Amino acid sequence: MSIPETLQLSLGPVLFYWTLERYANFYREAADWPVEIVYLGESVCSRRRDMKLDDWLGLGRELTQSGKQVVLSSQTLIESEADLRDLRKLCDNGEFIIEANDQSALHHLSAARAPFIAGAALNLYNPATIGVMARAGMQRWHAPVEMSRDDLARLLADCRAEGLDQPCEVFAYGHLPLAWSSRCFTARRYRKPKDRCQFVCQKHPEGLPLRSQESKEVFTLNGIQTLSGACQDLRHEVGDMADMGVGVAHLSPRAEGMAKVVAAFDAARRGEQPTPDPLALVDADICDGFWHGRPGMDNSHQKAALS
Amino acid sequence: MELVCPAGNLPALKRAVDEGADAVYFGFQNATNARQFAGLNFTDKRAREGIDYAHARSTRVFCAINTYPQPDGWVQWTRAVDQAAELGVDALILADMGLLDYAARRHPDMARHLSVQGSATSHEALRFYHDQFGITRAVLPRVLSITQVRDLARQSPVELEVFAFGSLCIMAEGRCYLSSYLTGESPNTRGVCSPAAHVRWEETTEGLESRLNGVLIDRYGEGERAGYPTLCKGRFEVGGETYHAIEEPTSLNTLELLPELAELGISAVKIEGRQRSPAYVSKVADIWRQALDRLERTPERFHPDPAWVAGLGEVSEGATTTLGAYERSWK
Repeated sequence: MSIPETLQLSLGPVLFYWTLERYANFYREAADWPVEIVYLGESVCSRRRDMKLDDWLGLGRELTQSGKQVVLSSQTLIESEADLRDLRKLCDNGEFIIEANDQSALHHLSAARAPFIAGAALNLYNPATIGVMARAGMQRWHAPVEMSRDDLARLLADCRAEGLDQPCEVFAYGHLPLAWSSRCFTARRYRKPKDRCQFVCQKHPEGLPLRSQESKEVFTLNGIQTLSGACQDLRHEVGDMADMGVGVAHLSPRAEGMAKVVAAFDAARRGEQPTPDPLALVDADICDGFWHGRPGMDNSHQKAALS
Repeated sequence: MELVCPAGNLPALKRAVDEGADAVYFGFQNATNARQFAGLNFTDKRAREGIDYAHARSTRVFCAINTYPQPDGWVQWTRAVDQAAELGVDALILADMGLLDYAARRHPDMARHLSVQGSATSHEALRFYHDQFGITRAVLPRVLSITQVRDLARQSPVELEVFAFGSLCIMAEGRCYLSSYLTGESPNTRGVCSPAAHVRWEETTEGLESRLNGVLIDRYGEGERAGYPTLCKGRFEVGGETYHAIEEPTSLNTLELLPELAELGISAVKIEGRQRSPAYVSKVADIWRQALDRLERTPERFHPDPAWVAGLGEVSEGATTTLGAYERSWK
């Protein structure tokens, strides 16, 4: 059985559009953080082109030197021939394994008999689907973001019973990626057509909050992607994750405070109990509802905080 | 082009067949299809009756089993596939890769269509589904422009079905988890979006408020037309402005694109709305039948009849229609 004894930590791809300087500074620091896996690449919008494939490959080599396993994330919503050309180049990079986030990537990678990691938007909800993916070359898979702890525990047990022991990765920290559209919601806010968006999303390195008319943060707009309004934080659950046989806890980058987030998860996986203090690691509403089989926006620690 | 109409129940199925649908699609009364609404969908007995009615009038019947089998529910989904096969439907509409694999192995002779919930937006994605599971048709997500549909159609290994009319999902279908974030139930897991059980209406001093699991989706002033609080169609505040930040309450209507869709070689146009009344199905099927017949007779001089446009407007969400993503400027 290849299930790791201790939980690994991964640093997800940056979902926001950052400046070259911000990417460079972030990954320079990340090289020293206690994460085993780093995902690189632009997985949201093909119009974000400050970082070229060669830039990502260069970063990947540096991070490999620092002892990280590097993964390149593919774009989730593929719309055009140009998107497909970029995708083929990414898949054929010859150095790093790909996180497939769409069946277009699956087609290319399985045809080339290249191993891959199955992203969360591929919707792997049952052992039959995981079996199909394993036969196609899958090495690791992400649980769907909306899957509960109990469903996942059952799925992992069923997979083991069927000899499917590819490690599973759980989205443990960050604003949850919830939807992709061909419309750009950030450009819409700025009343710009998508084709001439002037890259306004770059002004929002942690996304653009969408609030109800009562000022509740409901969602976070990030170009064509919609993220959760609250930040999912499962640092209190990492012990349970390891016991269930989850292989990797996935931490999604944010512009500020990420070193602190990584440190907190590293401490948690080494059994250093996080304080019962429910305060957020960073300045954002917290949620953990999906894990507890509830609406994703729910926060199981909130009642404790109020009492 | 084939006209594919929704059948939420037996009366709707019969009305669609009577008005000239080439095919109807239905689901069973459980979480195995993407329209799990109270009082909707088919028992085994009703399905048999509907299929007999349709087949006697040369209308094909498709069965939608297009949610994602959950970790504790695999048998419920495979049973639905077996049941549809026993009933003798003409095609299965599937999304989950594991279930597609099951259907391909267990019922290799039964046609498999890829549901819109399978999120295939490129010819390479279609090729994956085709090579792996032998699909013969795919329903395209409502996120592609007409130019992108053209590129895709040119290289598609399978027949294409596109949404022609009805509620407009603006997120790539099958990859939208917004509903479960707010309510715990989503299209993938439960076959629902913004489910009615979580909806509350309240008259307040600030106006009529619609809520989904407590979250304020919209607030209507006097004289404003209130719509169902689908979470992506409310008015929210972004950067100090309150507006329809994601999408207006509006319906998709592609009547004017018909000649172009036909020229691209699209095999079928799909009407959304299994949750709507038999009267809706009857009216929409009738109009689209007329439109397709006129297109067939005089393709070069086709233009939508004003009466059709008005008729469809009456049954549209917010009484307005859009070309959605088909039109580049919408994005």
